[in-house]
Amino acid sequence: MIELENVAHSYGGGELLSDVSLKLVPGSFHFLTGPSGAGKTTLLKLCYGELLPTSGRVGLFGRDLRGMSRDDIARTRQRIGVVHQDCAFLDHLPLDENVALPLTVSGRAGLSEEGNLRELLAWVGLTARANALPPELSGGERQRAALARAVIMAPDVILADEPTGNVDWEMSQRLLTLLVELNKMGKAVLIATHDLALIRAAKAQVAARVLRIKDRRLHLAGAEL
Amino acid sequence: MSAAQRLRVLLAGDRQADRVVPPTGFTVWLTVFTAAAMAFLAVFALALSLATGRLADRWSEALARTATVRISAPEGQMQAQVAAVMEILRTTPGIATARVLPEAEQRALLEPWFGPDLPVAQLPVPQLIEVTEDGAGYDAAGLRLRLAGEAPGAVFDDHTRWRRPLVRAAGRLRALGMISLGLIALATAAMITLSAKAALAANARVIAVLRLVGARDVYIARAFVRRFAGRALQGAGAGTALGMVAIAFLPEADAAGGFLTGLGFAGADWALPLLIPPAAAFVAFWATRAAALRVLREIT
Ligand SMILES: Nc1ncnc2c1ncn2[C@@H]1O[C@H](COP(=O)(O)OP(=O)(O)O)[C@@H](O)[C@H]1O
Ligand SMILES: [Mg+2]
Repeated sequence: MIELENVAHSYGGGELLSDVSLKLVPGSFHFLTGPSGAGKTTLLKLCYGELLPTSGRVGLFGRDLRGMSRDDIARTRQRIGVVHQDCAFLDHLPLDENVALPLTVSGRAGLSEEGNLRELLAWVGLTARANALPPELSGGERQRAALARAVIMAPDVILADEPTGNVDWEMSQRLLTLLVELNKMGKAVLIATHDLALIRAAKAQVAARVLRIKDRRLHLAGAEL
Repeated sequence: MSAAQRLRVLLAGDRQADRVVPPTGFTVWLTVFTAAAMAFLAVFALALSLATGRLADRWSEALARTATVRISAPEGQMQAQVAAVMEILRTTPGIATARVLPEAEQRALLEPWFGPDLPVAQLPVPQLIEVTEDGAGYDAAGLRLRLAGEAPGAVFDDHTRWRRPLVRAAGRLRALGMISLGLIALATAAMITLSAKAALAANARVIAVLRLVGARDVYIARAFVRRFAGRALQGAGAGTALGMVAIAFLPEADAAGGFLTGLGFAGADWALPLLIPPAAAFVAFWATRAAALRVLREIT
């Protein structure tokens, strides 16, 4: 579904990522680790087309990113749920409208989705905060809301950038369980994190591969965890 | 969908889409004010164009078809020269009628200048002959030559000497009115582009988020376009109404006012300024849309 072939990226200086190849297929579960500044966020951005590779090829759902129109990219993003590291909310809209935003912009908002939204908010424990504005929320609440927004479109792929950075252990376990359940329904999951405890907990539930960015390249880690 | 329908659907509003962009504050009121002021000016530019157009038509229509022959001759020769001129005119191809103005009519013509008691008969007033051409027209230069040969006291005046510059001036005024309308439209587009750009820059973050969650460019552009086109329509509506009221209450000048009497709308022309508000909305629509799409092209 998402395929990176010998991708390199540079923000203008030297190359931050070189010769990265990665394939996300239905039902796969990946963790992406690496020290801060290694390029995890950058790699995720390449996966949903916010950044274009400086060389190599990015394929989204069988199409080359370079050949896609802007509307194609928009429609592709409706199939990829992303938990952004900074959450990326609209600060003037209450939480429930932020979570429903992907439905709104794709013209799918409606009564039928209303129940879905309530259920999802209950799942991430934010029912009571539905009318709060994003700036009024704690970091953990924002991340839970961001995950809810990432999955509301029932996407084929879920990319999560440090989704448990600000939540307590119990909540991070719940978020993980939600992601594992979605994965068992056949969705591909890629989580960027440096929370090793989370990775260990996941490995007990699902066959997860661990990728590490080291020296600008992507390595398959495994045994050391 | 026709452009009008599209505009209606657009302005009817999609509350959801409007909410994704926070209120754009003063830039929107700038648009209302600009549209109102420009519409007010457009009403006058339109009135000017229509009035001068009517005037030019009237002048060329009324003056093109008539000419005069003026005969100044000593008392004894007048009859003979009038007869000679009438004969020439009768045999000139392209002339429909020639009529010797009776004394009463000549007096009426002179009255505004000399008062009612002027004894025309006792004065050496030239005799006037009114000439109307038929559709085909006549050869003015040839006619002048023949008159000079057979009636030396006759002067042929087909009014072109003073008609042409008048008609040309009226035509020029009409063109200036049209140019003004065009400039008003361009200035409106420029002002709305500027305020739309300010609104877009202030909402760069909102636009980026919308794009990230899968909004298409047209969806994002529409949220801005609807706002600016709607405000332009409101502003232009108010400005047009004020302009039309101002024109309706222009003090009447009498017939001697000539040009000024005509400034205004005649009959069905009153419907034309009603096109100004939709035109303003249309201009705002395209200006905002172009500005929004330009901004959007900068992000993936
Ligand atoms: N828009 C940008 N322009 C220039 N440099 C950037 C930009 N975004 C990130 N970087 C740099 O790229 C490096 C990797 O960033 P990032 O992908 O966010 O790493 P990580 O998510 O692994 O912490 C960092 O050094 C960061 O400063
Ligand atoms: Mg990061």
